[in-house]
Amino acid sequence: MVAPGGVRRLNDRDRIVITGVGLTAPNGNNLLEYRTHLVNVKSCIRKFNVRFMGDVIAGVCDFDPLKYQKKKDLRRGTRAGSTSIYSCQEAVADAGLDLASIDRSRVGIFIGITEHGNVDTEKQIYEISQFNYDTKFVSHHYNPRIVANNPAGEVTLNMGITGPHYTLGAACAGGNMGLIQGCQMLKLDEVDVALGGGVSETIHAFGAFASFRSEGALAAHEDPEKACRPFDRDRNGVVVSEGGCIFVLERLDAALARSARIYGEVVGYAMNSDALDFILPDSGGQARCMSLALRKAGLSPDAISIINTHATGTPQGDPQECKAIRQVFGDNPRAYINNTKCMIGHTMGAAAALELAGNLPSFQDRVVHPTINVDHLDPDCAFDTLVLNKARKVDKVDYILKNAFGMLGINSTVIVKRFER
Amino acid sequence: MTASQIRAVILEVIGQILPDEDLSHLKGDVRIRDQVEMDSMDFLDIIMELRKRYGIEVPEDDYMKLATLDSAVAYLEPRMAHL
Repeated sequence: MVAPGGVRRLNDRDRIVITGVGLTAPNGNNLLEYRTHLVNVKSCIRKFNVRFMGDVIAGVCDFDPLKYQKKKDLRRGTRAGSTSIYSCQEAVADAGLDLASIDRSRVGIFIGITEHGNVDTEKQIYEISQFNYDTKFVSHHYNPRIVANNPAGEVTLNMGITGPHYTLGAACAGGNMGLIQGCQMLKLDEVDVALGGGVSETIHAFGAFASFRSEGALAAHEDPEKACRPFDRDRNGVVVSEGGCIFVLERLDAALARSARIYGEVVGYAMNSDALDFILPDSGGQARCMSLALRKAGLSPDAISIINTHATGTPQGDPQECKAIRQVFGDNPRAYINNTKCMIGHTMGAAAALELAGNLPSFQDRVVHPTINVDHLDPDCAFDTLVLNKARKVDKVDYILKNAFGMLGINSTVIVKRFER
Repeated sequence: MTASQIRAVILEVIGQILPDEDLSHLKGDVRIRDQVEMDSMDFLDIIMELRKRYGIEVPEDDYMKLATLDSAVAYLEPRMAHL
């Protein structure tokens, strides 16, 4: 059923809201710090030394893992595990949830990843190379570190959560996928609280940097903070970053019953596949994905206030997304358009969740954070509503649309609505 | 290596494996796992460190001989005497 405002009328048990945000990004370790830096344009992308490659340009997080873990936990676990634990703990605290007083078998953890295990695989191979590749020096910790559920599983151990946990491999759409899976598990009544989002430890493996370089898609610039330049004519590739962002998701009735603060309501989402290419994105699949999310939300394109783009700063990718936006929203979209990667780099599995989180405060402060490093706008990426270089105060923000796309032609779109009763 | 050097090595390895533990009161004749929080994966770390640092292989059948600090020193002394 579609209400006069365009949104399908659902009962409160079928409506999913975001009640907590926990994150670590290269420029912030909580939402307030991160948002402040996005609005005031503070990047923090820097040089980072990677085994076999030397200095590369990357986004590095500086959260304190010992806030929630012991030194022994760090020794045993993975960087993705620590990032997940930090993000989940912060999200639960932000939501005001007391885990000790709720049924932890009804809490689920759904973490999107681009990949997992590369970091420790590379580390192990390097370790045994110091012993003439004798495999008896492979650590007994290797398997539990590289199983695909590791990041989410470490959270269960740390927080005593006994509901379902898994990671979702969705390339660079992982952060949206984790959120979507959390919503779906709530709608299926499999859980009462979902911790959904994404993480990435990719920068701690040389492989991703080396492979992007071989593809001709690794960003290079003498000033690291100017290296990630979506929509700029002179963009030359991806800045790989680490990060994590987890949302606490609850059914609206439960959130209202405990008077939770509500960041927004997830009113639409979609995922689909291009079925065309290993690497190259396709505007057709992306447009179909955005249209499907709008249709599920019962919205017309004109209802969207902010489109937060996926654009990574590659000559091949950015114009495809802009073409897809034109297909769905026309040549002159009403929505403001921005990009977050220009300040934090591409946080891979965390990207969609982190970038959505960075825009959620717009519902309240009515500020659209800018896209920086656009010195010469690519005409193929030009929109009148593209927010460039300086934050823009707007009249109202009702709906935020978040795109995230990845290799093998995976597309995802999430739409979040400003919450109101 | 002398017995006291071996004891120092074992304590240093355990300290690395259990960085949150205070080992200053570790008794030599009581099972290590009864005094500090150490599970089987931690114990395997000791075996791996002995292998990496000194090329010493401890067969699984002998693991119990490393249960206390004193028994570990006694077990390793002939195997590390040449070091």
